[in-house]
Amino acid sequence: MIQQCAVLFSFLAAGELIVWLTGIPLPSSIIGMILLTVSLKAGIVKLEWVDKISDFLSKNLGFFFVPAGVGLMKCLGLINAQWLPIIGASVVSTFLIIAITGWTHQTIRHITTSRNNAISRK
Amino acid sequence: MQYLENKYFLIALTFVVFMATKYIQKRTGIALLNPILLTIAIIIGFLMCTDISYETYSEGGEYIDFWLKPAVVALGVPLYQQLESIRKQLLPILIAELAGCIVGISSVVFVAEILGGTREVILSLASKSVTTPIAMEITETLGGIPPLTAAVVVCTGIFGGMTGFKMMKMSRVKSPIAQGLSMGTAAHAVGTSAAMDHGYRYGAFSSLGLTLNGLFTALLTPIILDLMGYSI
Repeated sequence: MIQQCAVLFSFLAAGELIVWLTGIPLPSSIIGMILLTVSLKAGIVKLEWVDKISDFLSKNLGFFFVPAGVGLMKCLGLINAQWLPIIGASVVSTFLIIAITGWTHQTIRHITTSRNNAISRK
Repeated sequence: MQYLENKYFLIALTFVVFMATKYIQKRTGIALLNPILLTIAIIIGFLMCTDISYETYSEGGEYIDFWLKPAVVALGVPLYQQLESIRKQLLPILIAELAGCIVGISSVVFVAEILGGTREVILSLASKSVTTPIAMEITETLGGIPPLTAAVVVCTGIFGGMTGFKMMKMSRVKSPIAQGLSMGTAAHAVGTSAAMDHGYRYGAFSSLGLTLNGLFTALLTPIILDLMGYSI
């Protein structure tokens, strides 16, 4: 587990370093994730060095959001006053994102595969 | 009563409540009894009853919060395992993400406007579908209220995670890749955790969705808000 943590935190630290050096407006965690993916692909990091910790953390992601969610109590007054736009807009928008992202992907995928099939049939 | 403010006690409480709510959901099978949502509600209720401030809770809570960043890095593993199918579908994925991102930002702003949201609230909602650190950063640059963004981001994630697969059934989003992408795009890491429960492949594409939407949202939010008449 120490080895697993060593690898994982090294990538997070690398992400932090890049943010610190470049001032890029992205979270270090996302940069670390991309670096980890690339390093696994390049063979610099072996899957069995990080698979256990990664499995544990990604399966329990939701739990780590609990304290941020409890932070909701700080703005209860504001939410009380503006609950309709806050809840209404979030619900409608979430539904639209799910439908539009999914549809767009399915449709384009459908078009490109049927075209590829047509080409390969010729 | 002073003991109740002990940070180790508060951390233990968070774990125990989460474990118990997870058990309850497993036994009852009721989607509405989402463990994240229930745990947040129970902890808030507990803090209010015992008159403990959020700041005091945070002294323990930040140790749980701390694991969010390594957990996002860890999503690099499922992402790596799906690289081959991502490479094959790069164009459809990118276009779908772009569409989802633009529709997401503009719809939340538009609906909040219609329902009478104040400028500050609307600006705080714009980035609600991406993971907390990106969202709060965006809200800060726009001049919104970051704590409100954090709360809305978590709630959007829980809502998307709970209802996402039902919504996709309704809107006929069928392919596993499209479903995974949609979850990550709409409901960031919490949606990804729901997608992981559904299957590893769904989780991998959900990680991709949350990453791409995070990048696009960070880049496009100021532009879209500007086009919608909000001078930042």
